[in-house]
Amino acid sequence: MLAVIGTIPNPKFPLLAGKVTLENGEICIKAERVPAKRGTPALLAAAVKVGEILGQPEVFGYLVGDIGLGDGSRRLYKYLTQTLDQTHFNTLVFHYLQPYVGWHNRILSTISKMIRRPILIADAGFMYVAKMSGHSEAYDLFTPDVGELAFLADELAPHPFYTRGFLLHEENRVPDLITRAYIHRNAAQYLLVKGRTDYLANKEGIKAVIDHPLEEAMEAIGGTGDTLTGIVAALSATGMDIHEAAMTASKVNRMAGVYAHPTPATQVREIIQYIPKALREILSHKG
Amino acid sequence: MSPIGFLKREKTRSEINERVERGFLVFENTSEVIKAENILKREGWEIRVMGPPPEIRSGCDLVIEFPLIEELKITRILRDARIPPLQVVPVTNPLLQPVNLFRIRELGKYLMVQAANMKLTIDKNSLKIVNISGGGCPDVPYLAEQMVGKLLNEAPSPREIGHTLCGYALQLAYEEMRRRCLQL
Repeated sequence: MLAVIGTIPNPKFPLLAGKVTLENGEICIKAERVPAKRGTPALLAAAVKVGEILGQPEVFGYLVGDIGLGDGSRRLYKYLTQTLDQTHFNTLVFHYLQPYVGWHNRILSTISKMIRRPILIADAGFMYVAKMSGHSEAYDLFTPDVGELAFLADELAPHPFYTRGFLLHEENRVPDLITRAYIHRNAAQYLLVKGRTDYLANKEGIKAVIDHPLEEAMEAIGGTGDTLTGIVAALSATGMDIHEAAMTASKVNRMAGVYAHPTPATQVREIIQYIPKALREILSHKG
Repeated sequence: MSPIGFLKREKTRSEINERVERGFLVFENTSEVIKAENILKREGWEIRVMGPPPEIRSGCDLVIEFPLIEELKITRILRDARIPPLQVVPVTNPLLQPVNLFRIRELGKYLMVQAANMKLTIDKNSLKIVNISGGGCPDVPYLAEQMVGKLLNEAPSPREIGHTLCGYALQLAYEEMRRRCLQL
């Protein structure tokens, strides 16, 4: 079973742990409903769509309201350190959380007490803090964009905001940046670098390049990286190995984008609705 | 000692002297840094927002670099504004520079400006903010909710409602977009 850990951009949203469903474009957990516009709700919506098509159990969510003050994230971190070691999830995704190194390390310590080690995926703020803590290699997958890859490649930067200028995040430098991230041990076991071209890499080098289909507008659309992470997480939770899950997710996310005929003004919820169609299409080709 | 060695030594000493003339102010959180920056810049102080040295980093951090000799006046202003710094520290090692490069991309009738990990896209004709992407701190989805769909000159600025480094990066993209589109 997949568990998604993240935040909701509403300071009044309570700390909730429970199964998540998707109804009329809103994610539902306990008595709360949140539009799947972007961020963790978009990730959850994509994961739920994939799970429905593949007949998987419902996704479990650990959610709390946080608008950047870190108060909600701290409460969620504390809750997780008290409860996560008693769970049996096979895949954990950490997402938009305020980066706190101390809390990150306590979470990792709690996970080490779980009976079976889950697949660990980190994106957004939690990927930042995983790198900053020096424990990137404990994770199975990071899903950075090219700018975030430059941050992983910069051994001194504590946040993408401080990535040094000589590590310009240009697409044609992606192979160099991947190498540098692994040399400095600031990468997960796999990196799925999302962009105009998606790259799947591990410490041996680039394992796959996915550049088709291409919708130029996708880069501008907030939440398309979140949906990619949601898809790969949901596929991983089915037992698919992370390499195959990442490649499939990349193709599905790109194909869903094509079906939505997006412009830079398109909102990610318009793309999410095409994930089932894209997933069926990609899986049918895999035979 | 060779003349070159002497010059090298003098240069190093000079660099050290220059550095210890600066200090940095440490705050409880990034929101307070942004508020303090607004107040001090409004009053004409020569300050810069920078990254803290490794020994005091805790997560999503910013500090304010300032002329150390002005410590008393600056801390008094901040105390009066009810955001006293937690610490005042002399600069003895180089502080991290925030990114200062922008990536500009034309997408038909849309314009995207990227600063660090944050991207802001507007419709060039209507000047409406149509999308915000990138970033990883929890205020990013909140900022997007508050800004997307609004006109560039009517949307709240990330400086006012953001709290993190991602929010700060979005502020840079927002300022660059305004500079390009509103000629401010």
